[in-house]
Amino acid sequence: MTAAVALAPRVRPAEGLRQSLSLSWRTLVQVKHNPMELIDFSLQPIMFLLLFTYVFGGAVSGSPGDYLSFALPGIIVQNGLFGTLNTGVGLSNDLAKGVFDRLRALPIARWAPLTGRIMADTVKQAWAVALLLGLGAIMGFRVGTSFAGLLGAFGLLLFVALAFSWISVLVGVLVREPERVMVFGFAVMFPLTFVSNVFVPTDTMPGWLQAWVHVNPVTILANALRGLLVSGPVATPVLQTVLWAIGILLVFGPLSVRAFRKRT
Amino acid sequence: MNNAVLAEGLAKRFGETRALDGVDLAVPAASVFGLLGPNGAGKTTAVRILATLLEPDAGHASVCGHDVVRDAHRVRQLVGLTGQYASVDEMLTGTENLLLIGRLVGQSRAEARSRARELLAGFDLTDAAHRAVKTYSGGMRRRLDLAASLVGRPRVLFLDEPTTGLDPRSRLDMWQIVRDLVADGVTVLLTTQYLEEADHLADEIAVVDQGQVIATGTPAQLKARTGAQPLVVRPADAADLPIVTSIVRDLTGTAPEVDGTTVTAAVTDPALLPAVVRRLDDADVLIAELALRDSSLDEVFLSLTGHKAEETSTPDLERTPA
Repeated sequence: MTAAVALAPRVRPAEGLRQSLSLSWRTLVQVKHNPMELIDFSLQPIMFLLLFTYVFGGAVSGSPGDYLSFALPGIIVQNGLFGTLNTGVGLSNDLAKGVFDRLRALPIARWAPLTGRIMADTVKQAWAVALLLGLGAIMGFRVGTSFAGLLGAFGLLLFVALAFSWISVLVGVLVREPERVMVFGFAVMFPLTFVSNVFVPTDTMPGWLQAWVHVNPVTILANALRGLLVSGPVATPVLQTVLWAIGILLVFGPLSVRAFRKRT
Repeated sequence: MNNAVLAEGLAKRFGETRALDGVDLAVPAASVFGLLGPNGAGKTTAVRILATLLEPDAGHASVCGHDVVRDAHRVRQLVGLTGQYASVDEMLTGTENLLLIGRLVGQSRAEARSRARELLAGFDLTDAAHRAVKTYSGGMRRRLDLAASLVGRPRVLFLDEPTTGLDPRSRLDMWQIVRDLVADGVTVLLTTQYLEEADHLADEIAVVDQGQVIATGTPAQLKARTGAQPLVVRPADAADLPIVTSIVRDLTGTAPEVDGTTVTAAVTDPALLPAVVRRLDDADVLIAELALRDSSLDEVFLSLTGHKAEETSTPDLERTPA
């Protein structure tokens, strides 16, 4: 049978990228219809920032103002890691509801649905970081370094979030119900982010816990952001953070893609 | 070669379950082909393989001459898929769903917009075009699902149980849409557990059970092939039900179906009727209804598989006697 139209033998990478952009538009345009979603992912960072600064700030650092410059970089990290759960929830939803079947039956790059979702979630992450920095500024937080430091902090956080979102992808693909992703989130993200130096200085904790806090990537990333935004060492924590992120990408990227292929 | 879809020896297993166990199909271009079978017969698996969503463990299949595994990208440019499992995005509006797909299949913004408008109008969804899909009724959703699979003007359309769960009115609408598509030269392969649907729509039917095609032919051929007709006996007094059942079992040699006070069994020999009357008379059973009905695909299925097709059908769809 002769085809009336010429059929492309495969997707060109540039097309795949354009398809990813269309698919990330799809994720972001949902916010327009459901403004509650914007509140959903804005409320938690605002709550954490206000509560920790004004409730615990005095006890931890002597005054809310001093605590803010210690905690804000950490809260950005914590929120960024929680934000990666969105990727898994969205993915799991698409798989459960059949949206992925529709997409995969289309002549599009196999990786476009995944990258489209991750790109959209990166935009949401950027929004949350901007929101935290904006609210922080109103509360009295000042960037103690430079504009370059601010950009670096932004870039580093988005890169780490991107790496961690592959863990979320893996969970999203493996669980049958999207709600389970959140259960995983609470079980892993809470201990991971709280048993770090995000909210309190490490030296107030028992020794055995300190050992973990020192190697916890959340601590290292928080230190890197403190260095980039406030003051302190930059090179070492940034390098360690990048290594952690690459490690996670190398482990969870292939695992996720394999699980994804198997499920779909 | 004039087959739009061709499959040979398709096999697929999930763990211990043989979802497909050597399925051959040949679907002529611009026709409606019905895959008929109960839930779990392997229909969806077959469609997913043909639509490139699954790779078969054995056998091969092609769409318009392109292999669904080796040449999947070309196949995807030719097919559309709508079904139980391929769905639209509930959070987006009808227009946005179609725009997204238009953009994904490479249409320009303007093209995608006009195609979306055209399809929404064609499927009577213009008024709902700017509402989120989660506010749609079941029938509207299904129409949008179908519209979504038509954005790229597919030559072959796979419809996986397109009317499951629809009210009778929406179901008739869907049938008309399918007929119009075929008139435009589209080849349609649909799966259904509704014999009536296959009977009305399909030019050719493959009856699938437990991963195997157990019969193929036109609806008329299938009916003629088994020649079975349903014998219906309803005693006036429900107390006589056991006697009636045992008489029918004796004479037909099969276990009859009992629904309320109606006893039904497939018979191939019309001469059986007088014998039934004699036996019932001997037993002093008063009869409210006694008939030998025209065979429908229900009987075909029953005689081919030994069990009924619609065991798991949704209650909102009433079965119409053929």
